[in-house]
Amino acid sequence: MKKRLWRILTAAFIWAAAALIGQNQKWAEFVLFSGSYIIAGWDIVTKAARNIVRGNVFDENFLMSIATIGAFLIGEYPEGVAVMLFYQIGELFQDYAVNNSRKSIAELMDIRPDYANVYKDNELIQVDPDEVKIGDTIVIKAGERVPLDGRVLEGNSLLDTSALTGEPVPQEVQEGSEILSGCININGVITVKVTREYEQSTVSRILDLVENATNKKSRSERFITRFARYYTPAVVIIAVFLAVLPPLLIKDASFSDWIYRSLSFLVVSCPCALVISVPLSFFGGIGGASARGILGKGGNYLEALARTERIVFDKTGTLTKGVFHVQKIHLSDTESNMDDNSYNKNDLQDMRKQELLELAAHAEHFSNHPISLSLKQAYGREIIPDRISDTEEISGHGVRAVVDAKEILVGNEKLMRQYGIPYLEEEVSGTIVHIAVNRQYAGYILIADEIKEDALSSIRQLKEAGIRQTFMLTGDNEAAAGKVAEELGLDHAYANLLPADKVEKLEDIMQQLPSKSKLAFVGDGINDAPVLARADIGIAMGGLGSDAAIEAADVVIMTDEPSKIATAIRIAKKTLRIAWQNINLAVIVKTAVLILSAFGITALWAAIFADVGVTVLAILNSLRALNVKTL
Amino acid sequence: MKKKFILKGLGCANCAARMETAICKLDGVREATVNFMTARLIIEEEEGQMPFIVQEAERIIKKIEPDAVMKKA
Repeated sequence: MKKRLWRILTAAFIWAAAALIGQNQKWAEFVLFSGSYIIAGWDIVTKAARNIVRGNVFDENFLMSIATIGAFLIGEYPEGVAVMLFYQIGELFQDYAVNNSRKSIAELMDIRPDYANVYKDNELIQVDPDEVKIGDTIVIKAGERVPLDGRVLEGNSLLDTSALTGEPVPQEVQEGSEILSGCININGVITVKVTREYEQSTVSRILDLVENATNKKSRSERFITRFARYYTPAVVIIAVFLAVLPPLLIKDASFSDWIYRSLSFLVVSCPCALVISVPLSFFGGIGGASARGILGKGGNYLEALARTERIVFDKTGTLTKGVFHVQKIHLSDTESNMDDNSYNKNDLQDMRKQELLELAAHAEHFSNHPISLSLKQAYGREIIPDRISDTEEISGHGVRAVVDAKEILVGNEKLMRQYGIPYLEEEVSGTIVHIAVNRQYAGYILIADEIKEDALSSIRQLKEAGIRQTFMLTGDNEAAAGKVAEELGLDHAYANLLPADKVEKLEDIMQQLPSKSKLAFVGDGINDAPVLARADIGIAMGGLGSDAAIEAADVVIMTDEPSKIATAIRIAKKTLRIAWQNINLAVIVKTAVLILSAFGITALWAAIFADVGVTVLAILNSLRALNVKTL
Repeated sequence: MKKKFILKGLGCANCAARMETAICKLDGVREATVNFMTARLIIEEEEGQMPFIVQEAERIIKKIEPDAVMKKA
């Protein structure tokens, strides 16, 4: 690249010298300009000659050679050389920009692990991640990249997941944590049991996805290549007519004047500026999005995302955390009225609530039901099995157990009815767990899913990004769905849907759409694959663990945050805006210059600007697509 | 079958687009993509004609851009 720059500078210097000597010394001028031309353009001319032999006519090199040689023949030396010079500058700049953006995307995606540490004969050796098998034990030291997906066997550490998720906050891992390849181990040494081979590991799947993303071309890219296919030959043919016909048909028209005008056409006919600017924008947009933890499967999806007006969300795991937590402990009236003057009333209530939770957690100790797990988690202290005797799990109802010599019943209303215990009935979203102590109703514990922290702001951001309507589909009951929809300000919520109903409901919604606007479905990807596939754009969230999600989705968001959807839409819109700005800029400037030069109003210089100037501007504009850090 | 190639020295976006169009028209090609930014060529063929297609694709690439070399990815 340095060499090319020097060539251009030398040629430009000679060109300037020739221009200074000027008209007074015809021969010196001619020699200097010719020298400058040869230095600037010999490779273009030889390439053009070679391509003609191969039957390749409308090639850029050929067009430039004809335009410049033509200018020379009619005595316009300074302009002839300048066209070649500027053309070379444009090419150099274009190569530089393309290389640069290739490099910056390679850097963004620099997550490929080089080696894995494995034990062989009690010695730690480095091997290719490819050679490690499922079940092998690997050691990851501080500063190293996690080479394969696995589970931590030993050690604590912080992992930098930013290369995968764009998330700056490190993730804490300890024994039992699942870790994803591609992260960087920040401090401790961890021993990891490999759970996926390299080919199946997160890192290779991401690389695969990103590498293939730019292969699916966007409509704007297809438009511009198709345009170029007709544009160049058309302009060249007009140029030929322009050079020949007017001098023959119009009196007083000179050949050199009309040839000069047609040369402008040849210069402007080069399609490369147009063709490069669109893929360059999309490449930047896709790369920038990957850096934010948003993987798109192609430029066409970026385009569809920009045109999305309706978003359908799955509830559990997408808008809510999908983890059940104790939300509320409600004491029965008899329990809460047992007053004791030595305590503050609130403290006493809290104590009784704790006791109730403690009894419930102990009674549920032997159960593995998600509800009992969340009870035990809320209790948070160690459970002493000696306190429990005589446990019985009543399927579909709950648990009966004796704790501290008291008979405890923990379960749903069916259990209460079975034992003839009157209980509180309340319309709440979530699951109610009733508790009776010695056949006396003691109160209930409400267990529910939690809305994600950024869910509310994401819906607001989506509205700002131009989303007209938001929908929610869930298998949950009306109360739970209504509560989430109201809290988040969703436009429509549909409850009690089985997985198959979701597809049907989605199709219903899609039928009401105007044909141009797009609908996106967002799910966590575990049981949403059919819906993800059916929507115009399927967005899988936090879906890296699920193969089906990556298969079915068009966009994969690596973190759990719904706010990334708004980010993705903003990136898509910006990218598309840039691509169309470039298309419009090129088409408008080129058309204007063609018309003006046909009438002899503008000189070759304008044509040079229409070609090289527009290329440079379009490329500079495209590079903006890569910058999405603040979106 | 799907095959991937690297086009070393691919220097012009319009040439890439022309290569893509020409290769797509070859017999037995289901889909062909030339990605200028990643300098990749991906050919998806019907069946069993890959050697012929690869040979033809190489000829097309040489014709459109003599400096580009097609290498197996």
